[in-house]
Amino acid sequence: MPRHEPWSHERASGIIAEHSHLEGATLPILHALQETFGYVDHGAIPLIADALNVSNAEVFGCVSFYHDFRKAPAAGRHEVKLCRAEACQAMGSDSLHREILGRLGCDWHGTATDGSATVEPVYCLGLCANGPAALVDGEPVAHLTADALEAALTEVRQ
Amino acid sequence: MSVTLYVPRDAVALGLGANKVARALFAGAERRGLDVIIVRTGSRGLFWLEPMVEVATPEGRVAYGPVTLKDIDALLDGGLPTGGEHALRLGDPEKIPFLAKQQRLTFHRCGVIDPVSVEDYRAHGGYRGLEAALKLDAEGIVTAVRESGLRGRGGAGFPAGIKWNTVMLAKADQKYVVCNADEGDSGTFADRMMMEGDPFNLIEGMTIAAVATGATRGYIYLRSEYPQAFETLKEAIANGVKAGVLGENILGSGKAFHLEVRLGAGAYICGEETSLLESLEGKRGIVRAKPPIPALKGFLGKPTLVNNVMTFTAVPWILDNGAKAYADYGMGRSLGTLPIQLAGNIKHGGLIELAFGITLREVIQEYGGGTRSGRPVRAVQVGGPLGAYFPDHLLDTPLDYEAMAAKKGLVGHGGIVVFDDTVDMASQARFAFEFCATESCGKCTPCRIGATRGVETMDKVIAGIRPEANLKLVEDLCEVMTDGSLCAMGGLTPMPVMSAITHFPEDFRRAGSLPAAAE
Repeated sequence: MPRHEPWSHERASGIIAEHSHLEGATLPILHALQETFGYVDHGAIPLIADALNVSNAEVFGCVSFYHDFRKAPAAGRHEVKLCRAEACQAMGSDSLHREILGRLGCDWHGTATDGSATVEPVYCLGLCANGPAALVDGEPVAHLTADALEAALTEVRQ
Repeated sequence: MSVTLYVPRDAVALGLGANKVARALFAGAERRGLDVIIVRTGSRGLFWLEPMVEVATPEGRVAYGPVTLKDIDALLDGGLPTGGEHALRLGDPEKIPFLAKQQRLTFHRCGVIDPVSVEDYRAHGGYRGLEAALKLDAEGIVTAVRESGLRGRGGAGFPAGIKWNTVMLAKADQKYVVCNADEGDSGTFADRMMMEGDPFNLIEGMTIAAVATGATRGYIYLRSEYPQAFETLKEAIANGVKAGVLGENILGSGKAFHLEVRLGAGAYICGEETSLLESLEGKRGIVRAKPPIPALKGFLGKPTLVNNVMTFTAVPWILDNGAKAYADYGMGRSLGTLPIQLAGNIKHGGLIELAFGITLREVIQEYGGGTRSGRPVRAVQVGGPLGAYFPDHLLDTPLDYEAMAAKKGLVGHGGIVVFDDTVDMASQARFAFEFCATESCGKCTPCRIGATRGVETMDKVIAGIRPEANLKLVEDLCEVMTDGSLCAMGGLTPMPVMSAITHFPEDFRRAGSLPAAAE
């Protein structure tokens, strides 16, 4: 997983300026900030509001509405998204998730006790004929098992 | 002479190790002094056979699968380079019954070509639809779409030609074409497969729509759960601009169409078209009240054509082969083909494109081969998380908009999720409410509050607290949500709930014999 840069006011201003000409620039800006820093720092909100001529509340409301945007850096070294939707449920994802969360020692949105991963729920990855499914740092994993996830967490570390 | 191998880069194939297989094939060939070209394609949608590797031979392609790392040496030393024998040999992929029985109008290139190559796309019939469209006037294109009988494939099934006509007739200095690629329904992956395997089909469909409606700008609103599709689309669009099929002067016609892909941010509700437009404008994805309809006041208040990926990708074939040829497929008022996605607990899952009218049972048994677990099928959810659960005795219902509605179900985006007899339908009903509570935009009360009250009441039913009285409350709540919600999220959540209660009543009255609800 690429290491994120530490939050920087100047760097953030640069990123915002690169995107502010777009129609409906808010989401592209938030995605770009999160890709760079790993989260959307609260300090970015007035910068975006200024650049797009909207209120701080409108920008903050946008950050808080969408599941993807983090308000603080993820604590885990890897980001694991486990699919909780029906097609994966049909392949036993509920009990699998209990086992995985048990092994990692955390709950949804939490970070494993060994710091290896932060776990987020996701509703459908489009791998519905090959469930249970997951994304590990953006890489799809089909026919997921608890052991396969452990192996994937070891592998993507390299 | 070099050997050309085809290895999918579809997300399912990647999830089953296709990148490692491709690297190992390349390295193994190098060690043997064998000159190979590896083309990364999309998937043909035979997902139990992925990663499915194909080799070009003078007699056509020969497929092998599912290929794992331990098979590579034997494949390279054995038949693979010449299409010869091996335990994994599947023969001509198009003769595999699952594929041979299909009617692939929309998906015929998917898994065959290099998805980001304009030349490959054109060599397989690509851009013939746009060329035909450019010979017609706007009205001629809209007429073709209307006469094909094409209905919106996103779920609502609204006649595409009527929508196109409204945008065409609207007067404005700027119009937009927006593709709804926020494919959030569980059990659906047709959009993802198309965008990863044949993105130019979508680009061509949107370009035809732009020419017909007079739009010069377009957006593909893609869900962020599809990172592979995002990369493929960006690459395809960049290649399209270079090749002159996008940009200022498409195919030398003097007409402009600028296309951009935008990423959502994990909100299911943004698959609802007005919420999608809000999100695209950079706001919270809150549903808008209609009217005004997006066709007249859509993105940034301008006339906007919003269609699903499957709607746009049906159009190039229609323009190339004629509206009548498309309308010859299907039944009743459901014309053309439906890309069915067979998923969940299924032995042979994947993409099945067929004329409307096949029954659920035929899909599950003849194509799917029954459950992956080998246990009996108990429930089938059709059309995503807002679709009904069907019991065995309704599986002879044909996939057709009206026939499904008559059984209080919906075709939706064509996803079919199969459950075996270990499913607990009370938990599934509870989950429908839980999902609605998590994903509701919060604008209207029946959805925002109703979903949470639904979870609480279902918990009581599951715990055996006055089940009859509480089920009555759930029923009442469902009626309020159906009648009083602003959009399909709250309005259709009752569909999975009520179908579970109606068709599987025994699961709602066995408190004590079940462990407490999960979480």
